[in-house]
Amino acid sequence: MSSWGSLERFLKTDPLDAGCAETFELLDRYVERELAHGDAAAHYPGVAAHLSSCNPCVQDFEGLLAAIAGPAGSTRSEK
Amino acid sequence: MASADLTVPDCPVESRALDPESATWVRGLGGSGAVHDETVARLHELLLRVARGEVRRRRGQLAIAGPELDDLAHQAAADALIGVVAKVTQFRGESRFTTWACKFAIFEVSTKIGRHFWQHATAPMEAEDWDRLPDRFGLDPARVAEWRDVVAALRRAVDDELTDHQRRIFVAIVLNGTPLDALVLELGSNRNAIYKTLFDARRKLRASLVAHGYLEDHASRRK
Repeated sequence: MSSWGSLERFLKTDPLDAGCAETFELLDRYVERELAHGDAAAHYPGVAAHLSSCNPCVQDFEGLLAAIAGPAGSTRSEK
Repeated sequence: MASADLTVPDCPVESRALDPESATWVRGLGGSGAVHDETVARLHELLLRVARGEVRRRRGQLAIAGPELDDLAHQAAADALIGVVAKVTQFRGESRFTTWACKFAIFEVSTKIGRHFWQHATAPMEAEDWDRLPDRFGLDPARVAEWRDVVAALRRAVDDELTDHQRRIFVAIVLNGTPLDALVLELGSNRNAIYKTLFDARRKLRASLVAHGYLEDHASRRK
């Protein structure tokens, strides 16, 4: 491994990368798929490719995942 | 159950059956009077709860606490509510309504955090300090002889290969560590456009380093 591996990883782009807009569009489905089946990356490879290199979208993914799955983040209607 | 009652009205692409809870949300938001108002109030309560949770989760990235954090959550929830109400006819039932709605709250928290960055920024986004790059990428100072030429080649490629806009984005994000969402606000752009600009810059820079023999040419196996 070269001593500049992290720089090389940063420069590497994935042609499957869905971009931020499409990732946002699919994020709710991606999160539910991940929680229900654990295979969201296989189901939405473009989103998975994007999440591997876009920190803001990763933050949103992790935030939504926590909101839906977390103990205090139940989104079920309380009514 | 009558399926017609469980589809999103005015959906131009395809209508699919909604789960009962999602259908209740959509009907309430599309209704009027007390039912509409009560649904909006419940939605705001949900979005605020999620925004508060997200602000707590990300508080390590912020230099604020207490009432200011809660104020940020309130702002995010209010803007998310506007977005969800405006776009409810676009909801197609491909996820639960609450999951769909909550992503707007999460996104608005990100936007507010980006705005918060500029309130505490100490350096202009145009400042260009290449001495920061090794630290940004964890390049070991003890092995500088191995990466010095690569970094020099990268710098030449940034100067020679990138457009002014790509260079500006690269410098702000990579050298100065400006969060992408903060840059969105500063440039009046959007996350997708900034990301795409950086994506294209990365691809150009990598191609240049490959052409000059600093990186191997791993042709994508998926394209």
